[in-house]
Amino acid sequence: MDITLPLLILVIPLFMFLLLGLCGMKMSHRLAGTLGTLGMGTVLVLSYITALTYFYSGAPEFITQAGERLQYTVFNVTWLQFTDSLVIRLGFLLDPISAMMLIVIPTISFMVHLYSLGYMRDHHGVYEHGFQRFYAFLSLFSFSMLGLVVATNIFQMYIFWELVGASSYLLIGFYYKKPSAVSASKKAFIVTRFADLGFLIGILILSFYTGTFNFADLTSAPVDGIANVSQVSLTTAEGIKAMFTNSPAPMFMGASVMTWALVLIFMGGMGKSAMMPLHIWLPDAMEGPTPVSALIHAATMVVAGVYLVARLFPLYLMETAALDIIVVVGALTAFYAAMVACTQIDIKRVLAFSTISQIAFMMVSLGVARPEFHHGLGYMAGMFHLFTHAMFKALLFLCAGALIHAIGSNDYTAMHGLRKYMPITHITFLIGCLAIAGIIPFAGFFSKDEILTACFGHSIVWYIWMSLVAGLTAFYMFRLYYLIFWWKEHKVHDPHHAPHDQPWTMTLPLVILAAISCVAGFVPFGFLVTWNGKPMFEGHASFFTNLEHLDWSVAGISLAVAIIAILIATAMYKKENPLPEKMRNALPRLWDWCYHRFYWDELYQFITHKIIFGCICKPIAWFDRHIIDGAMDGLAYVTNKASVAIKGFQSGKIQMYVWFYLAGALLLGAITVICLI
Amino acid sequence: MDITVIYYLVPSLIMFCCGVYGFVTRKNMIAMLISLELMLNSVDINFVVFNRYLFPGQLEGMFFTLFAIAIAAAETALAIAIIINIFRASKNIDVTDVTKMKF
Repeated sequence: MDITLPLLILVIPLFMFLLLGLCGMKMSHRLAGTLGTLGMGTVLVLSYITALTYFYSGAPEFITQAGERLQYTVFNVTWLQFTDSLVIRLGFLLDPISAMMLIVIPTISFMVHLYSLGYMRDHHGVYEHGFQRFYAFLSLFSFSMLGLVVATNIFQMYIFWELVGASSYLLIGFYYKKPSAVSASKKAFIVTRFADLGFLIGILILSFYTGTFNFADLTSAPVDGIANVSQVSLTTAEGIKAMFTNSPAPMFMGASVMTWALVLIFMGGMGKSAMMPLHIWLPDAMEGPTPVSALIHAATMVVAGVYLVARLFPLYLMETAALDIIVVVGALTAFYAAMVACTQIDIKRVLAFSTISQIAFMMVSLGVARPEFHHGLGYMAGMFHLFTHAMFKALLFLCAGALIHAIGSNDYTAMHGLRKYMPITHITFLIGCLAIAGIIPFAGFFSKDEILTACFGHSIVWYIWMSLVAGLTAFYMFRLYYLIFWWKEHKVHDPHHAPHDQPWTMTLPLVILAAISCVAGFVPFGFLVTWNGKPMFEGHASFFTNLEHLDWSVAGISLAVAIIAILIATAMYKKENPLPEKMRNALPRLWDWCYHRFYWDELYQFITHKIIFGCICKPIAWFDRHIIDGAMDGLAYVTNKASVAIKGFQSGKIQMYVWFYLAGALLLGAITVICLI
Repeated sequence: MDITVIYYLVPSLIMFCCGVYGFVTRKNMIAMLISLELMLNSVDINFVVFNRYLFPGQLEGMFFTLFAIAIAAAETALAIAIIINIFRASKNIDVTDVTKMKF
């Protein structure tokens, strides 16, 4: 495959970042926005070509005769060579998941670029302060995220991982004059950095014991000793196990070091993907502009953790203990976030918690995936959900942005009954809700159904648990929907200033994403993205593949659960009634805990301020201030005093100097003579 | 009577000591400068003598002396210029009065 296209996919956003970042202030707002959007549009086209070529061209480097998809390294240049074995490369890897991400990221990113042209202006059409900077950062983010997904080795991934974190930090703190935005950006950065510490240690352990950074080598069996870097078939678990039978990995604290490495790497993923207990940054990250929340904190960046686990999945299969941890963390997070989402007032917070919950679904799905059950169905389901979730969650966030833009508040208490005023937003939001709730035929139904089937195959307990969370998902999404668009009539004081649908730059992305959310479920993922590259089903892919392979016993139950949940939400929130208040008063303790997000933030506050700052940092600060600084100050004090004491020697009397010199010279002479004698 | 190296070194030493004595006792800067020249010249004599008696076949010491004389002339001109400027400023060339260059 020609390397021009893949190279351009990375270079264009980087160039746009530099152009808009360096020369943005000299351009008009309109030009900067148009340039950024056009640049992203070009990337969109190029990525689509690349991804579709990978999936559908049938070229022998992409797919074998038997229909097994291969990993293909487009290019892989040596960037830093420390020693013969320690080499850091930068490259472009095409395989099913990276090709899928090449569809997801530019699509969402382009929609957000387009949407921001309308969103980042006020009602009079005046552009927001820092509009060019906003587009520069969006380009930087797109570059980093694309670099992350196409990484050929874990070190490249780590570099872009941090770049993604940095651009997320910049965009959360976009309104840097607002203290809450500043502290939110700091919180996001510090929490994810803390998680990345684990990631880095994990990388070091892993590469120390395997002797390589390359994904191609890590996730495949060595063929005749050396793996062919440019073209390696996706592998079997037996192959990787063979890699370690010669030199079993040593044990550490009751688990093999490989388990430790994988758990530590997962910790990095937990930070980025906001898994409990490192989820606390994501709700606060909603301080950024809403398009940013849609792009980074819902659709693309936060799934980087899922992507990471998927990327290293063959390794995780070796150490199923790590997968079990992933399942537990994911399942607890999913339930927790769904509970909290039921009580929040800020609509972006509800969506943020729903994002946490949905990402946890993907994590669980990867965690329960085993090759024995339906050819690793969980892996496919997790990736499928990643794909569909990106589309409908971006849609929901962009709708929320339109609502916030129209109303000027984040709280549903200021909205209520908007369905007549903003019909396009209403319909698209409803589609998003139906998709996330898992109603046939919208996108979420198929992917969530696959996840539940995978859970069912793994353990009945997790199946029931996740079905419950799926029901909660439907409930809180429709609670939000009804509270925004129904509940009671919207009070309009002045008919000229009634809320209305936004300009076409904002509604067009909504419509497109809503259309995608309707049909994305029919993408035959079983033929495209599987853990070992082999198609999951016999026969040929068609539009109805997913429908045909539906396990109706599971699908029927999940559909029933979703519909019941929606009916409950309808009964409680469609019209103004005292039922929610009654329920709240019936379980005040539970409601309080959910509303305050189970006091996680307070717990962190306590741990960081009282324990870490109080018991560890204060003594260290004392030591620094009094012992280390004291020693330095003492040195300076002594020097100072000594200089003052002897400065009289410099009297300005020249003949005095001569006397001293003479005396010194004679003394030296005398000493020399004595020594010689 | 053989003239040995000591016949040269003794007058040279006397000259040097005179120079040192003059340099530390005289208050007039011109006089100090003259004392300085005296010391330099005694050193020049040493150079020439040592060259003549220790390394008779060579000329390094002689050349060194020639250079030293040239540099001494330049240095004297410089010193005189400084002294004249000091005189212009304070109508006085007494070294005990020029003590501003201190801490």
